[in-house]
Formats: sequence, structure tokens, C-alpha cells
Amino acid sequence: MDFSALAFYVFAALAILASLGVVGQRNPMYSVMLLITSFGALAGLYVLLDAPFTAVTQIIIYAGAIMVLFLFVVMLLNVPREEPAPALFATLAPHGLKIGAVLSLILGGEMVWALKRLPRGWFDQDAAAQSVSSVALIGKSLFTQHAFAFEATSILILVAMVGAVVIARRGQPS
Amino acid sequence: MITLNHYLILSALLFAIGTAGVFLRRNLITMLLSIEIMLNAVNLTFVAVGRYLGTVDGQIITFFVMTVAAAEAAVGLALVIALFRHRETLSPDAFTALKW
Amino acid sequence: MRVDPQIVAHLGLIVVVFNMLVLSAAFMVWLERKVCAYIQDRVGPNRVGFEGALQPFADVIKLLFKEQLRPKAADTLLFLIAPVISACAAFAAFSVIPFGTETTLFGLLDQPIPLQITDVNVAVLVIFAIASMGVYGIVLAGWSSNSKYSLLGALRSSAQMISYELSYGLALAAVIMLAGSLSLREIVLNQSGVWWGFIPKWYIFLQPIGFFVYMVAGVAETNRAPFDFPEAEQELVAGYHTEYSSMSFALFFLAEYVNMVTVAAVATSLYLGGWLGPFLPDWLAWIWFLVKVFLILFFYVWMRWTLPRYRYDQLMEFGWKWLLPIGVINLLATAALVLWLG
Repeated sequence: MDFSALAFYVFAALAILASLGVVGQRNPMYSVMLLITSFGALAGLYVLLDAPFTAVTQIIIYAGAIMVLFLFVVMLLNVPREEPAPALFATLAPHGLKIGAVLSLILGGEMVWALKRLPRGWFDQDAAAQSVSSVALIGKSLFTQHAFAFEATSILILVAMVGAVVIARRGQPS
Repeated sequence: MITLNHYLILSALLFAIGTAGVFLRRNLITMLLSIEIMLNAVNLTFVAVGRYLGTVDGQIITFFVMTVAAAEAAVGLALVIALFRHRETLSPDAFTALKW
Repeated sequence: MRVDPQIVAHLGLIVVVFNMLVLSAAFMVWLERKVCAYIQDRVGPNRVGFEGALQPFADVIKLLFKEQLRPKAADTLLFLIAPVISACAAFAAFSVIPFGTETTLFGLLDQPIPLQITDVNVAVLVIFAIASMGVYGIVLAGWSSNSKYSLLGALRSSAQMISYELSYGLALAAVIMLAGSLSLREIVLNQSGVWWGFIPKWYIFLQPIGFFVYMVAGVAETNRAPFDFPEAEQELVAGYHTEYSSMSFALFFLAEYVNMVTVAAVATSLYLGGWLGPFLPDWLAWIWFLVKVFLILFFYVWMRWTLPRYRYDQLMEFGWKWLLPIGVINLLATAALVLWLG
């Protein structure tokens, strides 16, 4: 088994286990830390896919900024451990999580089955395909072909920043 | 050898886990975290297919998805803070004003 | 079993760099106490070893023998993991910094290896990414200690680090524009040569404002004076590492000094020409690297014991209202110059 295949399986297992931990964990602080681990594993997968720029932006933006935001909110609100959900049918009440887990297993199984019926898609191994990752190429495409989307996202971020400050602000006494 | 199918299956599994999280968890912050898992699964698909087709567009879309996810997380968390101030709880079942 | 000499060389390089970082942290402890002493008109440690040179090792032994405390209501897992995260982030950032030219280790290797652990083509961003991971060690330390001083110190410290990361990135972006590449080795190689026979083509001469922004942001990132309000003894006992003792505290200490070394090393690679310098042959060029890093570290220590501390709101105001606009203007001016001069 060559090194990149081993690395893929390690990162994939880490990502899946960490995501399961995020979903299954009761303590929200641990959920956030497990999600950061999952992001790190995904960054490793991006490096394997010859996308080092995406990998570092994943760490900088997701693991370094968004997750810090989540962490601050969890610390600020001192989030209590959650109570179980109120159920529609009294007989099914204690089994809500188990039924939900079974249903999501079915969802996952269906998707895997559908994807297994696709023809094998081998990656290009030659150097020309690998040079797709150069930051200069990304920059060129981003600023020429996708320039409008780029400018629109900057306005989006501005709006989100102002919106977040306004929404989370304590109401002014009138 | 790792093929495109491996990556697609992995991101399908991650997406399923994220969906499970959104539906099963009764805590607003964990639901937001599960949405982030789903967005990451989609990012992985984009990058994998972009690598398969030999273009750089996959990574560019990923860049935009990350930016939008950042904006959405910021506003979502601001809403969570505002909601928490109202009801002192983070369970989505406490906010039933728009229900029938 | 034939062992590939390249792999052995790389592993040896990793061992050398790791040990150099740990030794440089020890050296920094000694340097700090000596410089502090001479600035304060006294002598400093002079009993252990020649001029107190073995004092850091005495300190380490003392720290190791202390009792490992843990507050009762602390979250054990996070409490123990936080210093590990800090230390790992500090060491990992050094993996892309070049400290010498390619060398064949006196002919032992077939192919030359560059004197750095790895050369990614997005090296500058890797450093930035790992610096943003360093925030977690502090935040988790403050939260898991379950104590007022720790939490306040941690929140202030992480808010400060995040704010100054922006100016850090802007200073980096200006240098990247000048060099046209994100790889640190390329940036250093672009600085080779001289103007008019004696002024080296370092970026500090092309980017003096950028250097200022980078150094200020770097000092703020590493929580050193005059930006060390989160650790201020007068206000917050010891900030986020109040409840830590023995090995965990030593890890935080180590992480802080290694972070300083990393900031200094990145500053030399970006602005001071890395390992380039006159008079020395190529295979000794790493000596120039060490000299430049030492100069910046001395400057760091000098600043700590000379300047008074910023108050927290002054600190944040400076970061957002002054340093960030200066960084943006520097970036715009650099962009204009690069376009105009081709």
C-alpha cells in the first residue's frame, strides 16, 4: 500500500470519527474541538488532492477563525448540556435518537450504494494535472473570470459583519 | 489506488453525518456545527472533482463556499446569542412562536 | 536493509531543528534575564555556570520537580491538552523556514537537500495558518482552568492575537507581492545581490513601513511587551496560565519563546535576506541566519524591559485603528510601485 493511499485512509477515518464525535458528543466544547480535528483531517485530504492553497485557507478560515467564533460563543453562553427532545408519540419518546441514527445510516448507505455504481474515476497522475494547484493560477482565475463573485463576496462579508454586530447587541434603552 | 469514487463516498458519509446532526441534536450550536460539517463535505466533493477534471474551478468554488460559510456562521451565532438572551435556553423547541 | 540516505538526512534535519528550537528557548531565558539585569543596572544570574549560562537548565530542573496542580473543577482533558496545543503550534510553524542553502553535507549525499524541513509552495500561508491555531492553546487554557483570572486573560489574549493577525497578514501580503511567490526560499533568493556595490537587496529597504507593521504585529501575536497585558502580573495574576504549574507551565513558557523565535526567523527570511550575507561560503550561510535571528530576538528582549505596557483598550485601538490602516496603505503603495516599475 503506497503512502498516499495510507494517508487517505488515515485522514478519512479521522474526519469521519471526529464528525461522529461532533454529532454524538454532549459537551459542546468537545464538539467544537472535535470539529477542528475534522477540519484538520480535511485539510490533509486537500493536500493529497494537490490543492495546498485550499488546505491552508481551510485551516486559516475554518479552523482558525470560524471555530474561534464558535468557541467564544460557547464560552460566553456557558452552554448547558442539552435536554432530550419532546416527542410526538409517547411510545416512541425514549427511542428518538436510535430511530434517527438508523435513518441517517440508511441515508448514508443509500448514497454510498448510488456512488458505487459510478464508473471508476482515476485521477491524472501526470505533472500537468498537478500543476493545477498553483496559487498563481487560482489568483488569475479568481480575479478575471470570477471577479464579480469575488467583489460580491466582499459586500456579503461586510453585510454579515454589520448584521452580526447589530443582532447580537444588547437592546438600547429608549 | 485512490480514485475519485473514494472521495465521493467519503463526502457522502460526511454529509449524512452532518444531516443527522442537524435533525437529531436539540442544541442550536451543535446544529450550526453540523451545518458546517455538511458544507465541508460539499467542499471536498468540489475539490476532488476539480482535480479529476484537471481544472482549478473546484478550488475557486471552495473559496467562495468558505467565505459564505464564514458569513453564515457569524450571523447564525449572533442570532443564537440574541435568542439565548430571550429564553435562557439553546433548545430549538423553546422557540415556537412561529408554529401553528 | 538499504536505508535511503536522503531520508536519513531529512530525519537528521528534523532532529537538528527541533533541538535547536528547544536550545534557543533555553538561550532566550538566559538572554532575557541577563539583558533585563543590565538594563536595570544589576548583574543577573551569575552563579550557575559561566555568567549564569546554565541558569535555564537549573530552571527547567526546578520546574520539573514541582507538583503538577490541577484545579478541582477544571476540565481535565482540555486542561492538559491546552499547553500541548500551544507548544505543537509553536514548533510546527518552524517547519517551512529555510535557514541555509542547498547542501550535500560534504559530499555524503548524491543530491543536495535544502536546509529546511520542507518547502511547500504556500509556505507563508502555512505559517499564518499555524499561528492562528496557536490561539486555541490559550483559549482552552483559560476556559478549562475554571478561574476568573484565567478566563479574562485568555479572552483578552485571544482577542488581541486575532486582531493583530490581520496586520500580520497585510505585511506578509506586501512582501509576497514584491517577491511574486509564496515560498519562503524563493523570497529569500529574490533578495540576493547588492545595489551600488554595498547595500544588499533586502526587502527591509524596500518596505520599511511593512517591516514596522510586521514587527509590531509579531510582538502582539506572541503576547510580549509592550503588548503583554493578558499576562500582566499587576492586573491578572498571570492571565491564562495562572493555574498551571510544573511541566504544563514549562510547555507554555517554551511555546512563547519558540513563537518569538519563529516570528524572528520569518522576519529575517522576509525582510533581512535570510541566510544571505557577505564573506561566508555557502555551506556556512546558516551562521548569518543565526546572527540575524539573534539580533531580532535581542531587540524583542530590549523592548520588553524598556517600554511600558499598553492598556488593553489602547492596545486594541492601536491594532484596529492605526496598524491596520497603515498596513493597507503599505499594501496599496507596494502594489502601485510593483505595477509602475514592472
